[in-house]
Amino acid sequence: MIWQFDLIILTLVVISGIAAISIRDLLGAAVLFGAYSFMMCLAWAVMGAVDVAFTEASVGAGVSTVFFVAAVFRTSRRSKD
Amino acid sequence: MQEMMEVFLARYNYWVVIFLMMIGLYAMIAKNNLVKKIIGMNIFQTAIILFYVSIATKRDASIPIIGHGHDGHHAILVADYMNPLPHVLMLTAIVVSVATLGVALALAIKAYQQHDTLEEDEIIEQLKVEYLNQP
Amino acid sequence: MKKFGLACILLFGAVLLYGTMDFPVYGDPHSPASQHVSDYYIEKTIEDTAVPNIVTAVLADYRGYDTLFETAVILTAGFACFFLLRRFRRPPPKFRLYRHLDTGITLIFEEGAKEPVDSDEFMRIDSQWVPYDLIIQKAAGLVVPFLQLFALYVVAHGHHSPGGGFQGGVIFGATIILIAISNDLRSTSRRISESISAKMASTGVLIYAGTGTLCLLLGANFLDYGVLSQLINVSPIMARSHGILLVEIGVGIAVSAVMIWIYYNLASAGRHDEGL
Repeated sequence: MIWQFDLIILTLVVISGIAAISIRDLLGAAVLFGAYSFMMCLAWAVMGAVDVAFTEASVGAGVSTVFFVAAVFRTSRRSKD
Repeated sequence: MQEMMEVFLARYNYWVVIFLMMIGLYAMIAKNNLVKKIIGMNIFQTAIILFYVSIATKRDASIPIIGHGHDGHHAILVADYMNPLPHVLMLTAIVVSVATLGVALALAIKAYQQHDTLEEDEIIEQLKVEYLNQP
Repeated sequence: MKKFGLACILLFGAVLLYGTMDFPVYGDPHSPASQHVSDYYIEKTIEDTAVPNIVTAVLADYRGYDTLFETAVILTAGFACFFLLRRFRRPPPKFRLYRHLDTGITLIFEEGAKEPVDSDEFMRIDSQWVPYDLIIQKAAGLVVPFLQLFALYVVAHGHHSPGGGFQGGVIFGATIILIAISNDLRSTSRRISESISAKMASTGVLIYAGTGTLCLLLGANFLDYGVLSQLINVSPIMARSHGILLVEIGVGIAVSAVMIWIYYNLASAGRHDEGL
């Protein structure tokens, strides 16, 4: 549990979280949400929770992002804010 | 300076978790779009999972899988392995969050089919007009 | 609303930051969370169950009751998406598009025209004009068997490495979603129909609850796998290990089927005719 590594990854987590809710294009928000999920998985792997990281990697990249893209495809892609 | 570094290193994980929780809560309250609100809900959920996982860590400990598994001749020291109990609880939490995400997106698609928009203020306007025009 | 939201979160954030002054230090081995019960789990897992992965043993054996209802929650989410979105009687579309495979010309058939159904030369495409790409289709088709083998490996090897039923189930469901994305949704739902996946999901929960009831019928508590040694002829410790494996298989089947089911309903908004 190296604290420098931890801090860099947590900074990336916060940046992708803020970006995912500020972007106006909903498809871009779905992709950034996938990136946020992947950074969280790395953070948990550094903290030693390998089972939780495995689950978040498979769920976040395999299933959660696909559900978001499917829902954005069926509704509109633009948002006012 | 050294003291501030020590205070920071002792508690920075909690500060990051609180920051992420507030980002998620802001997205749920203040954004107009339904899909942004759902993204905010998921950010909130993963921030709570990060909190639980970070209190399960121990300094200089290894992952909770016992190597040299089946001989049992080595004594198993508790301080050598990370705490497995919050990991178990958080596996259930991730499962529940993906189930909630599926149902929330189904509700958003249904709302779009009824009102033809995903913005919250336009939906409220349409509902007001409908309520005022009912016989 | 935005200013109110900003003021709210700043107030909350300040109060919570003040509250963290009393929390235990990051990485402390003597924090209150790491005492009492988790010491017992770390020390006694190998003696009681012969499973080196402590998280899998706690999830499926010591806290198996929670995992049973977590699987039931996933099944309920599948049912909820089905009841919200599914439309069986849909009005016929105004026009259908067919593409000639050799030349690439796309034809539009209005209502009442005679369409080349089940023909080798014409292929029906979605109304969003999603292009037909041979490379993606064949490449995904080559990769899918290896992914499914990896998913089965993750389920079976959950005792010794990170993994287990839930992770393997999600990867297996994701392979079927990959087939549905690279080909079109109609042909995939003809092979793995919605009714099959709904029945498999229910079967997964039935396997889990059935193992618990089997232990009940043999005379011990619900989900107490030690008594399965009367049926299988091994020691009670190995019977607990095999009970964990059986339960993980049930969870994997249920989770993979529900992922496929929710994807079918979300990607086509309930109509099951067009997908991503």
